[in-house]
Formats: sequence, structure tokens, C-alpha cells
Amino acid sequence: MKKSQTDAVLFKRHRKQLSRERKYIFLWQIIIFIGFFSIWEIASRLHWIDPLLFSSPSHIYSLLVDKIRDGSMLTHAKITLFETVLGFIIGTILGIFIATMLWLSPRMSKILDPYLVILNAMPKVALGPIIIVAFGPGYLSIIAMGAIISVIITTIVVYTAFTEVDENYMKVLQSFGATKWVSFKEAIFPATLPVMISTLKVNVGLSWVGVIVGEFLASREGLGFLIVYGFQVFDFTLVMASLLLIAIFAAIMYKFVEKIESMLIKNKA
Amino acid sequence: MSFLSLKKVSHLYFTKDSYTRALADVSFSIAKGEFVSILGPSGCGKSTILSIIAGIIKQTEGKVLFEDQPITETDLRIGYMLQQDYLFPWKTIIDNVLLGPKVQGKNTKQTLNKALNILEEVGLPKLENEYPSSLSGGMRQRVALVRTLMTDPQILLLDEPFSALDYQTKLKLENLVSQLLKNYHKTAILVTHDIGEAISMSDRIIIMDANPGLISKIVEVPIELRHETPFFVRRHPKYQAIFDNIWKELNKDATE
Repeated sequence: MKKSQTDAVLFKRHRKQLSRERKYIFLWQIIIFIGFFSIWEIASRLHWIDPLLFSSPSHIYSLLVDKIRDGSMLTHAKITLFETVLGFIIGTILGIFIATMLWLSPRMSKILDPYLVILNAMPKVALGPIIIVAFGPGYLSIIAMGAIISVIITTIVVYTAFTEVDENYMKVLQSFGATKWVSFKEAIFPATLPVMISTLKVNVGLSWVGVIVGEFLASREGLGFLIVYGFQVFDFTLVMASLLLIAIFAAIMYKFVEKIESMLIKNKA
Repeated sequence: MSFLSLKKVSHLYFTKDSYTRALADVSFSIAKGEFVSILGPSGCGKSTILSIIAGIIKQTEGKVLFEDQPITETDLRIGYMLQQDYLFPWKTIIDNVLLGPKVQGKNTKQTLNKALNILEEVGLPKLENEYPSSLSGGMRQRVALVRTLMTDPQILLLDEPFSALDYQTKLKLENLVSQLLKNYHKTAILVTHDIGEAISMSDRIIIMDANPGLISKIVEVPIELRHETPFFVRRHPKYQAIFDNIWKELNKDATE
């Protein structure tokens, strides 16, 4: 009786310590956040930095409020978000699909190996002009940019993960007379799910790169367009505001992928 | 006519710039319902024999006949149990057990009931919705055994299934497996490097030589030991003599 009481007290103390640690970390995160924006604001007002070039949080805020109120910012944001999500999904699914084909046909994977290496090493952004010529200066080429930037690396990472699955799982399935496709479905795919999720996380970032570069090159709409436009008319408040929105959306997308991860990998030990 | 027979089976493993001989002219046959152990040091090719019988690898030379028909690919009448359990961690126990029927498209209400019955028989009732990670090593190996039994194989190939377990669990599992196989009238081939395990579980012991993977001797286990459980065989007065005999055979190169 007495023993369990002291145990409970110790446990309570442990929990208190944990929550204190959490509060401490959160406090510092807030301090950095507020500190960054207030130093920026002060530096800009006192002309330590050129307010024309680096704008200031208050200017960005009022611009955002205006532009959101008249609806123009949301249209741009929606377009970019749509392109990025689509590019991300297409790139990831296509990458996993190609990896699956390569796994199902080892000969094909050997033949294609040098080409994959070259395609992977090549900076995909450099393909921009060709993509725009091929798909026309619109959504299509921007989505293609978002997809192409992640497809090769997804293929390589996922294919490698496929080949690294313990072959004894395959032996078990083989002894039941499973075909290659059934083995893929029952062992290879579920075993590599964690790897695929982590490529999703990488691809979130990559798709944003592809889409923003695509919008730089050829676009009349979107956040990437706003950045280039703001740069050309020397409106750096607009550039900064667009950047801020991109940061927020990218973080939301990343969190969303994390949610999917915790849903899918629930029963991992 | 024998149930399963190997006729002058040889196997070479090829790598890019060399090859090694794993088996040299291995011939033996097994009668229906018999329990045979293949005993030998590691690297003697004993696991290779199982892989060949299972149809997972193809022998370089020779023939494997099952009811006088050559085995060419994985045969559904042959069940294979590996050293580790290789339960699929993302599947529940019942889904693991039903893997064979699922792959073969025979997943019915009937197989589900059968699975639950065998799980209970091996002492794992009410665990069907757990994941393998919450089971101990011995429990997991029992699940793997049930998984193998679910497809009703006529021959069971056991590739050191107890070697990863602690001694107590191993003895218990030996008893369970030998009992279960007797009840279901299965033919079995056990690969092991444990002399005691070979004597206590089998009717016949095939002793392998490491270089270059050939049979050095076949030992018959006396009739009166065959019907005892593995645990009691180890205390039988005749046990020690057989053990010494096999020990000598395995170490004859070292003493020469």
C-alpha cells in the first residue's frame, strides 16, 4: 500500500517534469517567433535595413489583409496550392508505379539503370523551358514541373526499398505458391510502406520547388507569379507576403502527410 | 514406390567469378509418415536440400521425385517452415495464419474455423487479433507452424525451426510439434545441428559431411524411442549410446 503510494508520487513528479520541459520548449519557440518579427519591424522602421527592399511585418500584414479581403490573394494561393498538390500526387504515384514495374521485371531494371542515374543527377528545373514548350504555358506544364522534380528520386528510393525487403518473406509466400504479383501485394508493398511515407515528406518540399520555378518561368497566376511580379515592379512587400503564404501552406501539407503516416503505421511495433 | 526420393542430387552455387559445391550426389528416400532429420555442421548444404525439395531453388543435377513425379516448381503439397518465424508484422495473427489459403484463393469460413481450432490446439487461443510484435518467440514460432499446417501439406520441411529459441521453450515446442505431426500423420524433414533434437524427434537421421556436401551416414533411431515424446527420449537409457555414435561420426575428421 505504502509502496504503491510512493510510486504514484514518483510518477506524478515525472509527469510534472515532462510537462515543464514541454512548456520550456514551447516558450522558446514563441520567443524566437516574436523576436524575429519584432527585430525585423524595428530594423525596418529605424532604417537599419532598407524598408523598400526588406519591407516590414506590419506592411506585409496590411497588404495580406487587403488582398485577402478583395479575394485576389486567395485566387493566387488556390491556384498554386492546386498545382502543388496535384504535382505532388502525380510525382509520388508515378514514382511508386515505375518502381513497381522495375521490381516486377529485374531485367528491365538492369537495362534502365544507367538512364535512371543520369535522370536523377540532372537538375530537373533545367528541363523547365522544354516542359513549357511541350505542355504550353499553363497549369499543365507547372503541374508537370511539380511532378517531374520528385518522380525520379521517388522511383529510385522506393525501388531500392523494394529490393531490400527480407527475401525470407518471399520464401514463405513462394512455398504457398504465390505469384510475383501476389508476393508484391502481400509482402513487398506493406513492408516498404514506411519508406514510401518518408518519400512523401521529401516530395512535399520538392513539389513546391517545381511549382514555384514553373510559375517563375511561365505563368500569369499563382504565388510564384506574384513573387516574380513583385520583384519586377519592385514591390517587395508582395514578394514577402507570397513567401509567407508558401511557408504556411508547405507546413500544413507536411503536417497532413504526418497525419497520414501515423494513421497508416499504427500497428508497427 | 517411395513417397519422396532424391536421386543423385548435386548443387552448385555460382557467383560472378567463382562457384562452390553445396551438394554432391545426395540420394535418399523417405516413406510416408516418416520423420527424418538431416544433421550436420553449418555449411554442409542441409538447408540447400530443403530449398530444393521446396522448389525454391533448382538443383544443378539430379532428380527429386515426389510420389514418382519430379518436382519442378513450388509444390503446394509441401510446407516450409523457416528458422525464424517470418510472421508478417503488419498482419494480425489470424491474417498471418490465413496467408496460405488467401494466396491460394481458398479463404472461406471453413478455413477460418480450422485456423482458430489449430491455434487453440497449439495453446494460442484468443490471440487471433493481436499483432506478432506482442507475442514471445515461442508463441510466434507456434503461429508460424499453424500457418504452415493451414494449407494441409503432406510433407513438412522444418529448417532449424527451434534454433532461435531458449532451451525450455525449445523442449516444449519439440514436444508439441512431434505430437502435432503424429496426430495429423504428416511426413517431415527436419534440418538441425542439434544432435539431441535429431535423436529425440526423428525415425531416421541423415548425417551430412561438410565437404563437399554429401551424406556420410544414415542412422536408424530404435523403434522404442520413436514413440516417446522428445523430452523422454532424452532420458531413455539408449539415448546416450546413439548420441555418442553420432558425435563420433560428426567428429571423425577432427580425430584422424
